[in-house]
Amino acid sequence: MSDCIIEAKSVTRKLGSGAREVQALRGIDLSLSRGELTLLMGPSGSGKTTLLLVLGCMLTPTSGTVTVCGTSTTNLDKEALAKLRRDHIGFVFQSYHLFPTLTAAQNVQLALDIRGDHGGAAVKRSREALAMVGLGSKIRSLPNALSGGEQQRVAIARAIVANPSVVLADEPTAALDGENGRTIMRTLADIAHQRERAVLVVTHDPRVIPFADRIIHIEDGLLVDQPAGEVERLRLPKAAG
Amino acid sequence: MSLTFTLASRNLFHDRLRFVATLVGIMFSVVLVMVQMGLFLGFGHMVTMMIDHASGDVWVVPKGAKSFEDPSLLDLKLRNRVAGVAGVANVIPVVIGFSDWRLDSGEVTPVFIVGLDLHDGGLHPWNVVEGDVQALGQGPNVAVDRSYFERLGVDGVGGTAEIRGRRVKVVAITDGIRSFTTTPYIFVDVKNARTYTGTPPDRASDLLVRLDPGTDRDKAIEAIKAQVGDAEVLSASQFRKRSRDFWLFGTGAGAALFAGALLGVIVGTVIVAQTLYSSTKDHLSEFATLRAMGSSNGYIYNVIIYQALLNAVIGFAFAAAIGAVVVQMTAKSALPIVITPWLVAGLLALTILMCVISAIGAIFRVVRIDPATVFMA
Ligand SMILES: Nc1ncnc2c1ncn2[C@@H]1O[C@H](COP(=O)(O)OP(=O)(O)OP(=O)(O)O)[C@@H](O)[C@H]1O
Ligand SMILES: [Mg+2]
Repeated sequence: MSDCIIEAKSVTRKLGSGAREVQALRGIDLSLSRGELTLLMGPSGSGKTTLLLVLGCMLTPTSGTVTVCGTSTTNLDKEALAKLRRDHIGFVFQSYHLFPTLTAAQNVQLALDIRGDHGGAAVKRSREALAMVGLGSKIRSLPNALSGGEQQRVAIARAIVANPSVVLADEPTAALDGENGRTIMRTLADIAHQRERAVLVVTHDPRVIPFADRIIHIEDGLLVDQPAGEVERLRLPKAAG
Repeated sequence: MSLTFTLASRNLFHDRLRFVATLVGIMFSVVLVMVQMGLFLGFGHMVTMMIDHASGDVWVVPKGAKSFEDPSLLDLKLRNRVAGVAGVANVIPVVIGFSDWRLDSGEVTPVFIVGLDLHDGGLHPWNVVEGDVQALGQGPNVAVDRSYFERLGVDGVGGTAEIRGRRVKVVAITDGIRSFTTTPYIFVDVKNARTYTGTPPDRASDLLVRLDPGTDRDKAIEAIKAQVGDAEVLSASQFRKRSRDFWLFGTGAGAALFAGALLGVIVGTVIVAQTLYSSTKDHLSEFATLRAMGSSNGYIYNVIIYQALLNAVIGFAFAAAIGAVVVQMTAKSALPIVITPWLVAGLLALTILMCVISAIGAIFRVVRIDPATVFMA
């Protein structure tokens, strides 16, 4: 089995239409491999989320190809793309997107449920996934009884419970303070290293850099070599005016 | 069990106000349909009550008679001709018609006379709770239903009044023989019936024919037809159907009841569709999350369909409870609402169908979800 899990070749993507049309991606070549935590960094509006959506089979490229675990997304319809996501990809969203009426365990179990996995084994696996992110004692809590960091950990448990090959996270630490952010990143790094998954984290946050195996930069829809002083610049507070 | 059901019930119960509104809508709709259809059944039952209680196999009726209550008359000579047909045990003339009942107080009320031959039987009053039906043949005597006491100005056996100027006495009381026309039935001997309805001695309203046991009814009907000229010969079930068709559909009463029921179904469907749609809109980001996680559309439809079914079953349960009360309340009325197990089963199926159809709007909304929106928040 190849270590390469997701591969993008010459991917472009237009967004919007008419006068508001934007070339969000202009020719991206990228591959994600097992056991590696990759950071995707770049200025606001540079195309980070768009790239993550294309890699995650939620958007199809305008041109170029994306291959997920050997399957090309070209010409797949919505249901087939959903199946590809279901089979191979776990997502972590900036704003958690937990189901407010379900308990932590049920939220995690949902990822198995949509795969037709309903039995007692699904319940057990959900609890194990929560234990893995350090929430073994909160399985019955509703999301609004959990802190932001805890909610994001539930979301990570949900993303990994079905053993996806790749985890894609868009700014998973943006809403969290330093300590919670570090816990999340440590968890994601463990998933990459111990569980041999490919993990891609989109971030603005320089505090997460120490967890990265690889950092890629995007500007204006193109991957660029790291500009000199980039890390320093990110550390600075945004200049006023 | 799948979490789709959990999600569906949480989605429903989460917004209590909307849930209550949905249930009220379903209850309104189902009760309306139930009452209309229950009236339809009750009416259909009442219009054939006399035929149901007549102990005959075949009816000879005047040509074109639309129902049991039809006022047209037959030539009584047919009686002997029919009696001569092989397999006919006896032929019982029935004389019916409207008349006037003058209370001792002087008030006059219309009544419907049912004349029967006590000797031959055929159409006896049933549910007799007081008095003696045999006494009907012993003078100007009548049997009345106790639900009409007040209207008829009597209060039991021994009560008196006048029909067409003739003094009559109540000798028997029945219970629950109510007329859908609201005109009380008055049971009398067939001879008196002629006097009270003005039917000439050589005429009858219908002939009720009893066959010998083991006689082939259809063959007998054919043989009787050959004897009665243009009078019609009907089996009891044909006569029942003809009466029912006339009163339910010929008069438009049935169509009105069905129109009311249809209205109930439309209102119910619109209300459930509206609340399901708004509930789905409120949970769009959750459905989008499911979609982003890779769920099939079918999984999401299941959640919505479960919501619809839960609405249906709970709404129906309340409606059925209300229906039971309505049935109790109308049991003694002029037109009782009749609810049969088949009607209940049909209503449950209709409620489920209504709720599932209501889900179509919500499902069309969900199909258009773009999972990418989950990343835009
Ligand atoms: N639906 C859309 N229609 C038109 N243009 C869009 C649409 N969505 C995004 N864009 C544009 O595409 C470009 C890339 O957007 P994208 O969301 O990928 O940026 P990003 O790097 O994730 O930014 P941020 O750091 O602010 O999240 C931006 O210029 C954005 O304005
Ligand atoms: Mg973004």
